[in-house]
Amino acid sequence: MAAMNKILILGIESSCDETAAAVVADGREMRSNIIASQVEDHKKFGGVVPEIASRKHLEVINDVVEYALSEAGAGFADISAVAVTNGPGLVGALLVGVNMAKTLAYALQKPLVAVNHVMSHVAANYLVHTVQFPAVCLVASGGHTSLLYLLSRSETELLGTTRDDAAGEAFDKVARVLGLGYPGGPAIDKIAMQGNPDAFRFPRAFSGQDHSYEFSFSGLKSAVINVLHNLEQRGEPIPKADIAAGFQAAVVDVLVEKTRLAAKSKGAKTVLLAGGVAANRQLRLQLRETLALDGIGLNYPPPELCTDNAAMVACAGYDLYKRNEYAGLDLNAFTV
Amino acid sequence: MDYIFTTNAEQETESLGKRLGDLLFPGAVLLLDGDLGAGKTAFARGVARGLGVTSPVQSPTFTILLAHSGRLPFYHFDLYRIESEEELLDIGIEECLDDEGVTLVEWAEKFQGFFDTPSMSISIARGQEENMREITFFSGEERCRELLDKLCARS
Repeated sequence: MAAMNKILILGIESSCDETAAAVVADGREMRSNIIASQVEDHKKFGGVVPEIASRKHLEVINDVVEYALSEAGAGFADISAVAVTNGPGLVGALLVGVNMAKTLAYALQKPLVAVNHVMSHVAANYLVHTVQFPAVCLVASGGHTSLLYLLSRSETELLGTTRDDAAGEAFDKVARVLGLGYPGGPAIDKIAMQGNPDAFRFPRAFSGQDHSYEFSFSGLKSAVINVLHNLEQRGEPIPKADIAAGFQAAVVDVLVEKTRLAAKSKGAKTVLLAGGVAANRQLRLQLRETLALDGIGLNYPPPELCTDNAAMVACAGYDLYKRNEYAGLDLNAFTV
Repeated sequence: MDYIFTTNAEQETESLGKRLGDLLFPGAVLLLDGDLGAGKTAFARGVARGLGVTSPVQSPTFTILLAHSGRLPFYHFDLYRIESEEELLDIGIEECLDDEGVTLVEWAEKFQGFFDTPSMSISIARGQEENMREITFFSGEERCRELLDKLCARS
């Protein structure tokens, strides 16, 4: 019996573009981690590639859950609880996962646990690292930029978030205006290596004391667009690599400085990175160097656990399960 | 008739949105267009403030829809990532359009014809100066034109 003595959590994630399911044992041992869009053989899911639309989630979710269980060598009876992301995200998309999870919990008579999407990104680190607490975590993705203080796996405090655009969104939009394609993060990371980050000095939004852990990337995006407009109007060539490097340096400087500030003022032993932007090489490098000066460690998940997945949901769900923090069958989804 | 306003900073764009939000009524549908970085989300944040929304108003680009509660529900859509009318229907936009809240749609021009009877269309264009914006309002509804007259009188 594979499941003997181990607590298996089935995680389900459908907060935005991805339909995903995973089985995690004891909150850290990943038995399966299925993301519909990344499965090579789409025939497994009736040929449907999930996109933004919630109806697409609906078409694949049954198969994704079954696949996650079979990959894990587990049956429904082996599962201790069902964990699901219930927000923030696109409500129509979230409800597909939430209703799937509720149905399973009810039919199997197993506890249901509701996981916050941002907290699940944090938990991706627990799948691969033994984290030293207290810690500070920077969650930066296409939809989120949040700084959190973590006293333990279960005691957390939101320090600040973005007032306008998320960091990953700024990467995507700047990549688009530079004609670098989608997703923008890896494209900018790559071309910026060949650029001079000091050729263009873009604004860094370090806001005042009251909002010291809040972020803003909208002004930076506009500044990049203004530079491009001016160059185009003068008929000058666009030094894409320099602009990308200058933009990336501005984003990274702000992320690193605010994270360092939070880590120092909270006496953190470790800083965690999470979300798609955690894969940015300049961010990792600069953060590691900066934190090393204060003897603070840096952890981040491998790339496949940085983007949306259900293993992180199962991992975060395990902690809730252990504390008996169950959700009712009237669980709803929320956008913000 | 078009109503044209000029702003010289992002805060002024947001403030114009707030003055509009103060006047909005249940069921209003606003289509908002303008290039990347024009200030659409800043304007939308102002509308939200005018509707009494106190929570942070972030860009809905990634999540497509961010719903807020204020004096009226505020449905803030961004169709930047939406590729087809099928996707538009799939995300449930019609339920919001038929609701008694206020719906604001960024990048609505991608789906011309889908929004057949908006309360008003708003476009934000870059002006001569770097931070100058020309904001144009158009409405085919008598009620909204009266509202825009009030907006002009207050500006």
